[in-house]
Amino acid sequence: MTGHSVSDGRVLGAPIDLNGTGHYVHWGVVQVSVANLVVVGVMLVVFVAALLLPFPRGRGRR
Amino acid sequence: MSGVPETGGGWTGAVRRRSVRALPPDKLLPDTQPVYMASWIYVFGVLTLASLIVVLVTGGVLALKGPAWWHASDVGKYVNSLHLWSVELFMFFMVIHLWGKFFMAAWRGRRALTWITGTVCFFASIGTAFTGYLVQQNFDSQWIAGQAKDGLNSVGIGAFFNVLDFGQMLMWHIVLLPFVLVLLAGWHILLVRLRGIVPPIDATAPPADGTTREAA
Repeated sequence: MTGHSVSDGRVLGAPIDLNGTGHYVHWGVVQVSVANLVVVGVMLVVFVAALLLPFPRGRGRR
Repeated sequence: MSGVPETGGGWTGAVRRRSVRALPPDKLLPDTQPVYMASWIYVFGVLTLASLIVVLVTGGVLALKGPAWWHASDVGKYVNSLHLWSVELFMFFMVIHLWGKFFMAAWRGRRALTWITGTVCFFASIGTAFTGYLVQQNFDSQWIAGQAKDGLNSVGIGAFFNVLDFGQMLMWHIVLLPFVLVLLAGWHILLVRLRGIVPPIDATAPPADGTTREAA
């Protein structure tokens, strides 16, 4: 601990600087923030992982 | 069902008999599932439901304590953040659930109404999240309301759904839309129990009479 309280926002601060203007990606008429693009990318990764990763077998299945 | 009269009892008796016939206890709360359900893609429905419960509980606490609490106190800010991030997870899991069911063609086997109630739940969730952003009481909510009013006025509903009216948006967010969402989600889950989970396209569903076979 560095001695800062939780309420000053430094102990639990974000690993990247979130202050300031956002970053955007433009593609024709499509405009999306980098933050939202990252979330969509993570969703696609989780979706593919859910299809491919083996599920632990349990009892009570027919 | 033994012990339940087959006739009489007025409309309550008729509703009870019909409910028990449609959803007997072992179908309403099953303790076995088809073997093809052993896939992570089937987990996202219940993850969505778990997130919704956290959203509702934290939202209830925020409603009880009020804006002076969630804006100023440490615990209030924490619960406010729990409410936000459980919504983020709710939408995250719900969209993956939607993708999984779409590519599984989950409306097969008389499950069209299950698909439709899920879809309407999705749109109701967008409306609930949108009105939530509008009642944050900060510059973000003012900016969103200022931008949204033009879009909504252009389609002619600004007079009935006024995003600049904080009180109206708060009521939509904490009363009307959650009521619709919970009602639809409950109906959706009952339909899943009634029709069973959808089998993968190349799989065979287990017999509907409840007989079991060993997992492969």
